[in-house]
Amino acid sequence: MTVFNLPDVGEGLTEADIASWKVSVGDTVEVNQIFVEIETAKSLVELPCPFAGVVTELHASEGDTVLVDQPLITIDEEGEPVLPTGVPEPVQVANTETPNHSEEPGPLVGSGPAADSAVRRARTSRPTPSAVAARPSAANKAGASAAGLADTISRRAQGLGQAVAREVDRRKPAMANFMDRVLAKPPVRRLAKDLGVDINEVIGTGVQGEVTREDVNSYQGQREAERDAAPTYWGHGAQGGALIERSQVRGVRKATAKAMVASAFSAPHVSIFVDVDASRTMEYVARLKKSRDFEGIKVSPLLVLARAVIWAAARNPSVNASWVETESGAEIHQKHFMNLGIAAATPRGLLVPNIKNAHTLNMRELAIALNDLAMTARAGKTSPEDMREGTLSITNIGVLGIDTGTPILNPGEVAIVAFGTIKQKPWVVDGEVVPRWITTLGGSFDHRVVDGDLSARFMADVASIMEEPALLLD
Amino acid sequence: MSRAANEATDQGLVQILTPEGQRLPNQMYDAYLGDVDDDMLRGFYRDMALTRRFDQEATALQRQGQLCLWVPLRGQEAAQIGSGRATRPSDYIFPTYREHGVALTRNVSFSEMLRLFRGISGGGWDPRENNFHMYTMVLAAQMPHASGYGMAINLDQHGWDEAKRAAEGDAVVAYFGDGSSTEGETHEAMVFANSFNAPVVFFCQNNQWAISVPFDVQSKVDLVHRAAGYGMPGIQVDGNDVLAVLAATRWALEHARSGKGPVLIEAMTYRLGAHTTADDPTKYRMSEDELAWAPKDPLIRLETYLRENKIVDEAFFAQLATDGDEMAAKVRKDAMAFPVPPLAKSFEQVYAEAHPLIQEELAWHLEYEAGFADESGVGEK
Repeated sequence: MTVFNLPDVGEGLTEADIASWKVSVGDTVEVNQIFVEIETAKSLVELPCPFAGVVTELHASEGDTVLVDQPLITIDEEGEPVLPTGVPEPVQVANTETPNHSEEPGPLVGSGPAADSAVRRARTSRPTPSAVAARPSAANKAGASAAGLADTISRRAQGLGQAVAREVDRRKPAMANFMDRVLAKPPVRRLAKDLGVDINEVIGTGVQGEVTREDVNSYQGQREAERDAAPTYWGHGAQGGALIERSQVRGVRKATAKAMVASAFSAPHVSIFVDVDASRTMEYVARLKKSRDFEGIKVSPLLVLARAVIWAAARNPSVNASWVETESGAEIHQKHFMNLGIAAATPRGLLVPNIKNAHTLNMRELAIALNDLAMTARAGKTSPEDMREGTLSITNIGVLGIDTGTPILNPGEVAIVAFGTIKQKPWVVDGEVVPRWITTLGGSFDHRVVDGDLSARFMADVASIMEEPALLLD
Repeated sequence: MSRAANEATDQGLVQILTPEGQRLPNQMYDAYLGDVDDDMLRGFYRDMALTRRFDQEATALQRQGQLCLWVPLRGQEAAQIGSGRATRPSDYIFPTYREHGVALTRNVSFSEMLRLFRGISGGGWDPRENNFHMYTMVLAAQMPHASGYGMAINLDQHGWDEAKRAAEGDAVVAYFGDGSSTEGETHEAMVFANSFNAPVVFFCQNNQWAISVPFDVQSKVDLVHRAAGYGMPGIQVDGNDVLAVLAATRWALEHARSGKGPVLIEAMTYRLGAHTTADDPTKYRMSEDELAWAPKDPLIRLETYLRENKIVDEAFFAQLATDGDEMAAKVRKDAMAFPVPPLAKSFEQVYAEAHPLIQEELAWHLEYEAGFADESGVGEK
């Protein structure tokens, strides 16, 4: 058995994350065969195997961090290939991937360099000549593996082009993830890592949404305050021992309450729900992320939903309307423009700013508008003008991991769509149960304006786009 | 500048072999390719292919923890083989740290070159044996060395007439990259070489990227235009065209050798891989950029030319692949068998004779090292 320890593939690196294994236990490997892709603080790197033989153990799972000089793989140089039955699946330790469709970028699985570890490299005595001399047993086999590296000398012109293309394809996801990363300077990433804070969770207030040191510290401060408060919460009053804590209702809370009461008790709500297989939306979003046109622009499933809602509203225009009481009786005002509201949790509370004339925007412009709206809201800079004259709204509760809910209409509007979390669930396709990305869309409608069949048609239209975004091309 | 020098400068990009493998006639440079027969062409391909295979093996060794660092050259084989094969054994070469192909043309052993990257030697080979200087890790530090060496050649050859210089004289090739082109030392070296008519060919492999800095940030004009500012001829050559590089370098060496002063060559090429094994080019350049250069690969065009003109058969490539793998296996075996000199040995190499301060430091070091005795064996696997 020969154990291969993680080498320092950069200059002075101390650790690396396992991005993906290219071999499994029981596989036969040749010298220089690529067996794992690792991510260091500097780059994604493929490691070629230094020994030929049979893989007997992978010492870490994908997502794990391995220190330099720690065991990576064990190879039996005399081994016979074995069937991988009974071999436990590698356990996903870190970064369990749950795509959410918030305006926040998704989890950066296998991307984004880990900050340099504070671990000092262990003192090791230098390999003695005898230790070094013991290696060539493996080296002797190098000659036998003519096809060891991807490139071979006699490659045809075409072959080389294809190899370059493959190489480029391989790198594209890394690039896309890189473009998607939360902006932050390396020392700030380091600070977040040291504090155990997931930097993707921190709301950035710097230039272009950059996460600053203060953002990380204040996030941590809040987390600690919540954590510290929890054990002493029950039975201990905050103000002079009173077990009921009073706080004045004011500001956004007050406005929200007023609007919700007005809406809930003036407009008779009817809510309907539909489960949607959003797998194609997920694929579409992934493709957009890689597209050059969307470089540097955050793309999320919310973008597709926003387009779907605009598209469906044009086919069912009664949902894009308002009920207006006038002196000469009630009127329905149907709008031939879409000011698309997006409910946003902000430092000031819940706000519903809207994207003016969203129907005139193409996919790219809409993506930018959504980003701007979210950025402005998060920074607490949403202006009253941003919230005026909305015609239809989306509430993105999936960000919080919620499946669905019955949203209350934004006052003056007659339809609102709730976007639930997207999770992999068992789904029946052609009689087979397969894992698909499923979400639930919820809609509430003002029954004075929108009847049951119309609301159902509208929701079905929205769902059809989420199931097949290509229909947007019609 | 002489008329010939001006002609050289006015040529535009010199290309003999197109990316499609077509050979173009060239009024000025064909005269410098008169001796290029089928054997030589096969030899150039073999040089480039073996260099690439070596580069792959060294990269793999680095990924396996056997080298501290490796500097890949993939894509720059023609610029290196073409220029290296234009030199005479008595000419002196100052490389950067990426000239593995030039090293091959100077018969430096590939295995020996890995001592440096394995971290067990400050050099690895004796520069006097092959007139191939040690690799220079500090950007552009080799440029003044080259000019100084060239000025010394002038002193050695003082009183020689042009004919004698052309026949028996030496010249220097200073390799550098587009990144080094903006170092102050490059400027100073060019000034000195021109002021003293030193026989130096400044050979720039413009591979478009100084680590992550693209060339258009490095310079607003092609480097070849700078030659006029120093008063020397400048040649811009397709660096992925081994014949054009050979011809241009031969012209430049002839010019320098005969006492007419230095020449600047800008070989337009592209680093297809990473700057070093510690670099990840996906972080700063687009895959489209790499794809655009892929068809201009120096090996592809020569292979196409060789095949279309029936200069090679399949057996040639099969043999070359076998030879490449054998060479790679030997390099691997040699590299792992190098003895690791004790650190104490470094103290011997500071001064030629015993020195009290160094002795004192050596004693301290030995004591420090002894402090790890109880952990001995930790590093052995």
